Amino acid sequence: MTDPIMRLEGVCKGYRRGGEEIQIFDRLTIDIETGAFISIMGPSGSGKTTLLNLLGGLDKPDDGRIVFDGQEIQGWGESRLAKWRAANVGFIFQFYNLMPSMSAARNVELPLLLTNYSAKERRRRVATALEVVGLSDRARHRPRELSGGQQQRVGIARAIVADPRLLLADEPTGDLDRQSADEILSILSLLNRDLNKTVVMVTHDPQAASRARQELHLDKGRFTDAQVAAQ
Amino acid sequence: MGSLFRQIRAAIALNILSIPQRLWLSVATVGSIALAVGVLMAFLSLAEGFRNMLQGTGSDTVAILLRDGATVEINSGISRDQVRLVEAAPGLAVDAAGDPLLSGEVYVTVDAKKRNSGASANLSLRGVTPAALQVRDGVRVVDGRMVAPGSNELIVGRRVSDQFVGFDLGRELVLGNSVWRVVGIFAAEGVFESEVWADLDTVRNLFNRGSGVQSVRARFTGADGLAALQAYVEAEPRLNLDVQTEAEFYADQSSGTVTLISYFGWPLAICLAIGALAGAINAMNSSVESRARETATLRAIGFRGVPAFFGVMVEALFLAFLGGLLATLCGYLVFNVAGWSVSTLGEGFTQVVFDFTLTPAVALTGLVAALVIGLLGGLAPAVRAARLPILQLGAR
Ligand SMILES: Nc1ncnc2c1ncn2[C@@H]1O[C@H](COP(=O)(O)OP(=O)(O)O)[C@@H](O)[C@H]1O
Ligand SMILES: [Mg+2]
Repeated sequence: MTDPIMRLEGVCKGYRRGGEEIQIFDRLTIDIETGAFISIMGPSGSGKTTLLNLLGGLDKPDDGRIVFDGQEIQGWGESRLAKWRAANVGFIFQFYNLMPSMSAARNVELPLLLTNYSAKERRRRVATALEVVGLSDRARHRPRELSGGQQQRVGIARAIVADPRLLLADEPTGDLDRQSADEILSILSLLNRDLNKTVVMVTHDPQAASRARQELHLDKGRFTDAQVAAQ
Repeated sequence: MGSLFRQIRAAIALNILSIPQRLWLSVATVGSIALAVGVLMAFLSLAEGFRNMLQGTGSDTVAILLRDGATVEINSGISRDQVRLVEAAPGLAVDAAGDPLLSGEVYVTVDAKKRNSGASANLSLRGVTPAALQVRDGVRVVDGRMVAPGSNELIVGRRVSDQFVGFDLGRELVLGNSVWRVVGIFAAEGVFESEVWADLDTVRNLFNRGSGVQSVRARFTGADGLAALQAYVEAEPRLNLDVQTEAEFYADQSSGTVTLISYFGWPLAICLAIGALAGAINAMNSSVESRARETATLRAIGFRGVPAFFGVMVEALFLAFLGGLLATLCGYLVFNVAGWSVSTLGEGFTQVVFDFTLTPAVALTGLVAALVIGLLGGLAPAVRAARLPILQLGAR
């Protein structure tokens, strides 16, 4: 096995709601190997989104360590985390989260505005990312002129355009029909296999989950899978 | 640095481009800002127009003499003997016959009907000597002729002829208890165009004014002429008179009214501005709310909070600028192109007619006021946008 790209170690996370403390994770530990394609299934409220938020540095654990490439990120400040996300993490959302007023190409370009690439280089990379998801001919379209599957492909292009190593997808096919979902899953597989992206995908759909190379199950904040329990 | 600049530019573009999604709220914001700024500009234009009119009135080379302490002609009184003494003063310009250029005048108010509303209003009727035209700058007879001494004739200012019933050339009309005939129309800069002139003796007789006058206007020679005249009046115990140039006299009059107009205008404009401000805050809050997911998405991508702040600020300033521009445009069309004029109460509660003028300075003040509304309205929502929690990504 290769070194893990990310490791959660003894992570605790809870929320207060109306004076009542809900504990979501109690000393959760999991390795995410470099180059993995993991699907995470689990009932609603089991903590799947919270897990992705912790992995992506959008949320902080109450306790424990989150290690990326040997560096502990849980103590980092907002702006350092933002820089780290821009360089290393691509997010893919269930409802695509595209900017409705911008063309597909402009949407895809957004992460590149955080880099020092020239405008020409940005254009080149946007074109490449759109090509990877098969949408070169839709670059000038607005999100509302695209189907759900096409919008999600724009979302994926945006996630990969700055060439991050880790892709975090929260129910990326949750709002799509079967055929569009399959296309999206094929793209994720391709990104994992050919472009070496590490992919962590949350899903409700067993068929989608089976496309991953490793299927994990989360229930009440714990993985029920033997291989995780062993870690 | 380049990156932050690009982030800000993208955030601004996202805000501006999303305005059509909140079209009616944005239009209402622009409209309310335009209203507040428009009212402010109207009052400033009014003050400006009034000031222009009064400052256009006075001459620098004509002295006006009033009784000590009288600030307007209607409160003043000068006896026949005093007028004689003034005639003998040094420093006065003279006509071809060697007589001093000097006009003693009385000032009474008469009733007249306005053409547009039919309402009755006070007009000033001035009893003048033939020298009246020579002791004024910029007054010229444009139609007919000057009144003849001792006659029941009137020569009327062009604005009076335009705006009041019956003051047409050749017409007869009743003023006071007597019948008059309009024999001339004169044009002038400033207040005189809102006056009606008749022969001094006739006015004194018909309005029981005795033998005195209320004001004396005299043309003086050069710069020392005024000083000589003032020194003479000062030294003569029988002349308890104030001597000032006509220009100074009208400038003094304008300052009071201009202050008054500004005192009414600013509070009203500020009330409307507070309303516009509330509207702007509401619109910007709704912009921030409706774009919360977009903003959170940008943050997840790695954008900082600061660009969201600038995005909202620029949107607010943009809407405010449109409001200011709209008000300026309407103001320009109504005041300067359509040529609105108003009547107001002038000296002795007589009607003075003058134009609104939208000057560049007034327009600039309006635009600045609009931008201030935008700035204040955008601030709190912009701070809110910059601090929006990131964890709102999943919501539809
Ligand atoms: N910001 C938050 N504040 C309070 N409670 C939260 C918050 N985020 C998630 N939760 C709660 O934490 C639990 C796990 O949520 P989540 O990770 O979204 O579950 P899943 O994605 O598996 O459906 C749920 O009970 C949810 O209500
Ligand atoms: Mg979830």
